[in-house]
Amino acid sequence: MRLIFELALTHIAGRGRQTIVAILGVALGVGFSIAMAALMQGTEKDFIAQLVDTMPHVQITDERRTARRQPAEDLFAATQFEGLRPKEDRRGILNPAAAFASLRSWVPGRMAQSLRTQGVVRYAGRDVGVSIIGIDPETEARVSSVAGDFVEGSFDALRAGGNNIVVGDGLARRIGASTGTTIQVVAPTGQSRGFRIVGLFHTGNVARDEGEAYVLLKSAQILSERPNAINDIRLRLDDPEAAPRVARQAEAELGYKAVPWQEANESLLEALVVRNVVMYTVVGAILLVAGFGIFNIISTITHEKARDIAILKSLGFTQGNMRRLFLVEGLALGLAGSLVGWLIGFLLCFALSQVEFKVSGAGIGREMTNLPLFWSPWHYAIASAFALISSGVAGYLPARQAARLNPVDIIRGAT
Amino acid sequence: MSLLIEADHLTRILPATVPVTLVRDVSLTVGEQEFIAITGPSGSGKSSLLYLLGLLDRPTSGILRVAGRDTSSLNDHALAHLRLDMLGFVFQFHFLLPEFSVLENVKLPMRKAGRLSSGEMRERAAGLLEELGLAGHLDKRPDQLSGGQRQRVAVARALANDPHVVLADEPTGSLDSKSSEQVFQILRDLVRKRGKTVIAVTHEMDIAARVDRRIHLVDGAVVSDDRVAPAAV
Repeated sequence: MRLIFELALTHIAGRGRQTIVAILGVALGVGFSIAMAALMQGTEKDFIAQLVDTMPHVQITDERRTARRQPAEDLFAATQFEGLRPKEDRRGILNPAAAFASLRSWVPGRMAQSLRTQGVVRYAGRDVGVSIIGIDPETEARVSSVAGDFVEGSFDALRAGGNNIVVGDGLARRIGASTGTTIQVVAPTGQSRGFRIVGLFHTGNVARDEGEAYVLLKSAQILSERPNAINDIRLRLDDPEAAPRVARQAEAELGYKAVPWQEANESLLEALVVRNVVMYTVVGAILLVAGFGIFNIISTITHEKARDIAILKSLGFTQGNMRRLFLVEGLALGLAGSLVGWLIGFLLCFALSQVEFKVSGAGIGREMTNLPLFWSPWHYAIASAFALISSGVAGYLPARQAARLNPVDIIRGAT
Repeated sequence: MSLLIEADHLTRILPATVPVTLVRDVSLTVGEQEFIAITGPSGSGKSSLLYLLGLLDRPTSGILRVAGRDTSSLNDHALAHLRLDMLGFVFQFHFLLPEFSVLENVKLPMRKAGRLSSGEMRERAAGLLEELGLAGHLDKRPDQLSGGQRQRVAVARALANDPHVVLADEPTGSLDSKSSEQVFQILRDLVRKRGKTVIAVTHEMDIAARVDRRIHLVDGAVVSDDRVAPAAV
């Protein structure tokens, strides 16, 4: 076997230019599949990361999945209610402090509670409907992505006074207000209070930038006349993938609807599945094309070596020896090509990651984006496995054919 | 005199839409220390017969015994082994591996046989090459040698495993007259001095005239098999 290895290496080393072409052919195939896979998976991960980043991982609201059962239904098996109109309950999460504490005892991550209500912002004769969210600045900053999107001020500024408010920059522009302006907020209960703008944020999401206003939790409770009430607990988990499990457990424990981000974005994630199919098809096609290129180059070399097969056979080498010789040659070229391909793939990924382009968000032109790339050893392993298999097959098949040929035919043809 | 090769009604038909008979019902025996030329017009099946005798091809019918063993029942592996032990080949074109040095080319059959240590192989290969007048060319590539030198390397390679029979297919066919004469002398010395049997296919009457035995083929069949008294050295 050592003799076979040496023969193979000498063969390869003896044909400088052809060897380089073959190795480059393999390397380009491997390199481009790696880069494509990194890009494809990178964009997907980036998309999900943005999704996960801007949303709470689990949102617990004061809704229930099904209508509440009447106590009598639980007591008497034969009881059935028709056309019942339940008495209006006190809305919000009951006993929020206990609920929050029990969650805190086991949820792996951070959480924030808030009271979300609807209201109208009134300024300079304009009325704009908004979501008013009462928060605790400290915990909110740890959960919400808005904390990182402030153009002016911060959540902390809310704490400076009970009548402070932070709004989206879109909302401020619409009503012509700016930091320091005092605006009127009218709640559905009819309560109306003046708030001073102490911060502006820009998330890039128009619906939020024009439709959200944050105040202290206490202020929101006063506005909606629901002292001590909250109707929204948001969790930010250490591991976003754990969201469905955490949501299930929270729902079982508290009885309130807990929505993991996967459920909230079901349609988007379904679209991603389709995109994944496209992605794997594209990467697979690249690998296939590369595989054919590799096959072509190596089988050409093997065919050119048919004369050597005849010579070696006349010297006493067997068919099996010949098949192994060219299998080794194919694999050696595939291996060398894979290694160079890894380098090419790595450099391509690096070059792609340097590409910057501007996404003009709402005329602000603030966002400089890089191509998202995902680095995974699997890309490298799969691409080179593919290269090795196709170069092995490319060496083996023509060699098997040539080894079966009568050396006499080859010797005669060689003249 | 023991028989090295016994051919019994060998026929080789090339399967095609119109089958071509390359070798027709050839029976002959080859003993030790014979110097044989196979002659005949082109297309008369000279080379085909040589390849059959050299186990590179299998007969369509008939029986071929090499060193007393019936070759028809041997598989590819066993045939390769028998070739390795018994036979050495020299072709019209040198057929050296271009990527290997002269020395490596000669060592190749020894390495395949694997009987000698690496040092012994080197020594033996160098010895053979020196005897053939190639002492200064051991580490050259085949393409750095002249045609006659290359053919001598091919002879050295054929002798690598000390075979009983050297089969030569037009060994001087592509050489000028001076190199031809050299190669012929070498082949004759193999018979006279080393006791090998040489079977050479040739169409050069000059060479055919000076061997011990001439087998003449026409249309694949043996028309004459003359033994002549050894010519004076």
